[in-house]
Amino acid sequence: MSRFDLNAVHLRRTFLRDCAGGIGAIALAHLLGLEGRSAEPEHPLSPKKPHFPAKAKNVIFLFMEGAPSQMDLFDPKPELTKWHGKPLPSEMTKDLKLAFIKPTAKVLGSASTFKKYGQSGMELSDLLPHLGSVSDDICLVRSMYSEAFNHHPGQLFLFTGSMVGGRPTMGSWVNYGLGSESQNLPGFVVLSSGVGTSAGSDNWSSGFLPSTYAGTLFRSQGDPILYLSNPQGISRESQRLRLDALKELNEEHLKQTGDAEIASRVHSYELAYRMQSSAPELLDFSKESKETLAMYGVDQKETKAFSTNCLLARRLVERGTRFVMLMHASWDHHSNIVKGLQSQTKATDQGAAALIRDLKQRGMLDDTLVIWGGEFGRTPMSELRRPDDPTNIGRDHHPNGYSMWLAGGGIKGGQVIGRTDDLALTIAEDKVHVHDLQATVMHCLGIDHTKLTYRFRGRDFRLTDVHGEVVKKLLV
Amino acid sequence: MRYIVFLLTMSAAWAQSPVDFGKQVEPLLRSKCQACHGAAQQISGLRLDNKQAAMAGGYAGPAIVPGKSDQSKLMDRLVGAKGLMRMPPGNPLTTVEIATIRSWIDQGAVWPESAQTSANPTRRSSSHWAFQPVRSPAPPTPKRSSWVRNSIDSFVLAKLESEGVAPSPEASRRTLLRRVSLDLTGLLPTPGEMQDFLSDQRPDAYERLVDRLLDSPHYGERWARPWLDRARYADSDGYEKDWMRPYAWRYRHWVIEALNRDMPFDKFTRDQLAGDLIPGAGVEQKVATGFLRMTMTNREGGVDNKQFQFENTVDRVVTLGATWMGLTLGCTQCHDHKYDPISQKDFYQLYAFFDHVDEVEDDAPMPGELGPYIATKDAYRAKREELLKEYRVADLQSIWEKELLQAGDHPGERTDWDLAWSVLITLTEGGDGEKILRTPVAKRSARERDILTDHFIRNYHFAVGQKPYNEVKFKELDEKLRKLKDDFPQLTQAMVVTEPPGAKPSYLRVRGDFRSLGIAVKPEVPSVLPPLRSTKASRLDLADWLTSNDNPLTSRVTVNWVWAELFGRGLVKTVDDFGTRGESPTHPELLDYLARRFMDNGWSMKQIVREIVLSNSYRQASTVRQDLKDRDPDNALIARQARLRLPAELIRDAALRASGLISLEVGGKSMRPPIPDGVMELGYGNRWGVAWPVSKGSEKYRRGLYVHFQRSTPYPMLMNFDAPKSNVAQCKRERSNSPLQALNLLNDPVFHESAQGLGYLAMNAGSDWDKRLETAFLHTLSRLPGDTEKQKLERYFASQKQLLAKEGVADESAAWTALASVLLNLDEFLTRE
Repeated sequence: MSRFDLNAVHLRRTFLRDCAGGIGAIALAHLLGLEGRSAEPEHPLSPKKPHFPAKAKNVIFLFMEGAPSQMDLFDPKPELTKWHGKPLPSEMTKDLKLAFIKPTAKVLGSASTFKKYGQSGMELSDLLPHLGSVSDDICLVRSMYSEAFNHHPGQLFLFTGSMVGGRPTMGSWVNYGLGSESQNLPGFVVLSSGVGTSAGSDNWSSGFLPSTYAGTLFRSQGDPILYLSNPQGISRESQRLRLDALKELNEEHLKQTGDAEIASRVHSYELAYRMQSSAPELLDFSKESKETLAMYGVDQKETKAFSTNCLLARRLVERGTRFVMLMHASWDHHSNIVKGLQSQTKATDQGAAALIRDLKQRGMLDDTLVIWGGEFGRTPMSELRRPDDPTNIGRDHHPNGYSMWLAGGGIKGGQVIGRTDDLALTIAEDKVHVHDLQATVMHCLGIDHTKLTYRFRGRDFRLTDVHGEVVKKLLV
Repeated sequence: MRYIVFLLTMSAAWAQSPVDFGKQVEPLLRSKCQACHGAAQQISGLRLDNKQAAMAGGYAGPAIVPGKSDQSKLMDRLVGAKGLMRMPPGNPLTTVEIATIRSWIDQGAVWPESAQTSANPTRRSSSHWAFQPVRSPAPPTPKRSSWVRNSIDSFVLAKLESEGVAPSPEASRRTLLRRVSLDLTGLLPTPGEMQDFLSDQRPDAYERLVDRLLDSPHYGERWARPWLDRARYADSDGYEKDWMRPYAWRYRHWVIEALNRDMPFDKFTRDQLAGDLIPGAGVEQKVATGFLRMTMTNREGGVDNKQFQFENTVDRVVTLGATWMGLTLGCTQCHDHKYDPISQKDFYQLYAFFDHVDEVEDDAPMPGELGPYIATKDAYRAKREELLKEYRVADLQSIWEKELLQAGDHPGERTDWDLAWSVLITLTEGGDGEKILRTPVAKRSARERDILTDHFIRNYHFAVGQKPYNEVKFKELDEKLRKLKDDFPQLTQAMVVTEPPGAKPSYLRVRGDFRSLGIAVKPEVPSVLPPLRSTKASRLDLADWLTSNDNPLTSRVTVNWVWAELFGRGLVKTVDDFGTRGESPTHPELLDYLARRFMDNGWSMKQIVREIVLSNSYRQASTVRQDLKDRDPDNALIARQARLRLPAELIRDAALRASGLISLEVGGKSMRPPIPDGVMELGYGNRWGVAWPVSKGSEKYRRGLYVHFQRSTPYPMLMNFDAPKSNVAQCKRERSNSPLQALNLLNDPVFHESAQGLGYLAMNAGSDWDKRLETAFLHTLSRLPGDTEKQKLERYFASQKQLLAKEGVADESAAWTALASVLLNLDEFLTRE
């Protein structure tokens, strides 16, 4: 059977490879023996071969929710300083789609200063010193563009390839295509710091794919995974007894009904039990070195939340999780952009850079693709919600040219791709559409984005809708 | 670019000599264009083999403007101007050929009648089975006639016999009761109901049981759910702030009631698609149009309302396609269907039916509400006015309105008021902020006045800033007004649609982009299907057309989903795709027989359900047939019943029912069971006051169907068990199996509480251990334990007790909870067999 038409079989089939003893061998041999098939595991999440040899095995997507300001972080625009406080000529702004401001809004020069980093001389904002120290490992794309200019549709577009809800997200597609290497942890894990995101759980939804492929949220409060802890008063021994009894009774019923679905339920319970111990182990940083913890900054107040998630992301990938999505909200600086960017970069710069360095030190960067970015960018013009208080100045939504960076897993580091015009309004060189980014991510994973499809309501859907070109310049 | 200019202009040299259409143009059209724009297909609606059609043009409008080649889209396409793809793709015309066409157009595009190359375009036709009329097949006469209980069995058995396969034996009476109770009411039978059924020796005991279940008020709850999946029912907006829709439930209530009353499906259809247009429509008929209101709403700043109106209208068409027609119309938003005989024009003609729908809220009182409301409404208004006066709302509001209008008419002058304007557009209840603002105060309805005043009080700070806002204490006022509203009886509202008279034209959208208007279109049904029998063409006519006896789709699609609910697989497996890419029916004659019966019986849903569940085919055991595992793994032959994991809501119901905790109140508002901390915080709405106040008392034990559905942060258990995300119509649920489900059932407080409840029930059954175990079995699996099970559980119980004692728990109830928990997690418990 082709690795990619799981569609037809994914649920009704059995998968007993790693059942903790018991039912596995006997029942399965019985069931499958009769049909003359081998007991190959066909768990929907069992690892599958890519279309072609992959550079990346795993993905860590650092999703900076709310649209970080490209010209204050990644894309220096001295020309804006000259225009500061003046409106742009109307012919330049007449086709702009804007959320809150009007085309006559005044230009806002960046408060950041930029500095060249690394051998490549990549120019980055002084707000990102840590990122600067790994600039030779990252590929900065200054020419991203999206079709959405509102957050929720923009986030859907970035993660599902469509602005309309109901489709699977990138992590779901990747797990659907490649399965997961992890036996004890979910294949698609979502970590969150900061506030809630505009698209909420749509950002890790499996859409029309089975819920098996949905992202599992690791929470920062309470149980790391929902309902991971036993109910109060139930010890782990008691839980084990419970599962053993459950297994025996389920096996009994399997014999009577011959329904392989029962075997897969037994498997799920065993995996759940293992998750109960592996998730706390994942969260236990006691075996991490002091240097590592310090490098991420997990002990400092400002950086703790995001850095903890960065370290968790590495630990997840280490344990075989295929796709980690790390959300940090919110970068939606309609007002107070100067202070806002200071606090957000303070919270995230160190952790993101440490992740790159840590992965590299461990030899994991080569097969882990790291992506940093938001759903779109911000306007070169200012937004001033309170004209009586100029310090609350900010920027509006701007999908026509913004920045993201990628590293590792097949990406050529130490380079800048694309260029926006001097006023940051449009892209002057090497446009990279959101669908192109998606196609490129899939390519790094060894997936032809046009071939990984799922039929729903009569149509073969894919992550990139009917578009997307792999951006060769990004690749090693 | 330079080349294009050259191509566009170089015809001058040819301009002098007259072009002969028959000799020079027609051969070009035939050899280069007509493969895609001819009789066989007309991509983008363009047909170039026929004068009339060619001159009419394609979806984007006329392609040839006689005498004006520079205005002819055909020329843009031939040279690839304006960023358009050059035609024909990969095989462009030569410079000379292009010049010839150009000259021909400039000379008036003469197309002699004698050169008519093919007949005028006619209605499409298709030999695909689903577009053929529903037949009235006579039931066959299989050999083993003793097995045949009704005509359904004749069809099923005849097919089995032709394959040389015997049907499965009938399921045990216990299994049958559990199965049919779950299928008709979604509830486990109680031990008492089981006893009654087992002791009913009358030959028609099963028929009586079925009739009792069909009459149960829980029938409507069970069958509402798959319909609500199609209606993409939710209690919130969906996008971003994801505001609550406090009265969405009124529509759900309507569905449950309609199904319980066995409202004929044609009326069920008409009320939901066009209840507002029925002359003299009553409240309930308007409430039914809530079906059209379940689309998502985006209240983000600067959102393009036109875009979302368009998306919503598209969604309505796609939902119509999936739900009634079994057609994947989504494809045709952007282009002609690649596989089915449905064109992009067909799509926008269906779109035109819904293009002028206006979303409004209306009073939809529940029984008993009107009296108290009328008695107190003057007092309420007086108190409200008093409060408004106390906080001097009128004066401030009138200044605010003036300034706001100024900002709306002169954007860019004042950035704070621009923001206030944007907020007016997106955040006003009902979305009509601008409309109300522009209506003179005296002409506003009471509802409109309240909406704008409430909006003003809540959002004044966007205009004037936080400090002045705090000074007028509007936050305090808002709280008082909300409380006042809570203190006085209010009428339940409903989300409905209306349609203002004097419809504006509708347009096809080129490539499905809402900004690219193509040709104007009128409401019309796809030409491959029987024509509409009306010249006015309203939603009402559309509904009547869907449920007319010669519509080949609606009855088939509907009986097929009923079948899928009862067998886990439709006779057409692709329940939402009856097109050429969908699967063919396994039993085409049975499908038509049922469809015909459905229509002949006045579109009664209950009768079709009844006929199916009374059949022997339905009553078969679900044990997997080892003899057919290879031949028929999917049970397409219906040689047995199916084991089906219960849908999310019914798993909740089963646990609560088995433990005796369930509240069986039918209909009404949504409720919120306890939710783990941190779930709501993941949504952006959390910052805008979207909260999850946990329901109190027995409310929180209501059935899964009533769990509040917050689209951006849904109740986790529903998601873990494949409930739809309610963004788009869903006609079929997955039945996945995951470790998160296991954790959910083992550890979620709802299920732990159920285990405690069931343990308690068992302990209360007597002092005898066996009796207790039997009680627990009867409540969960509707059967008694087998000997092996007894032994295993006895051992398990002893070990748990021992362990608990070691852990310092002497109370035996903890051991019973542990035992109950095993039963509540069994595959058999979660499965309808």
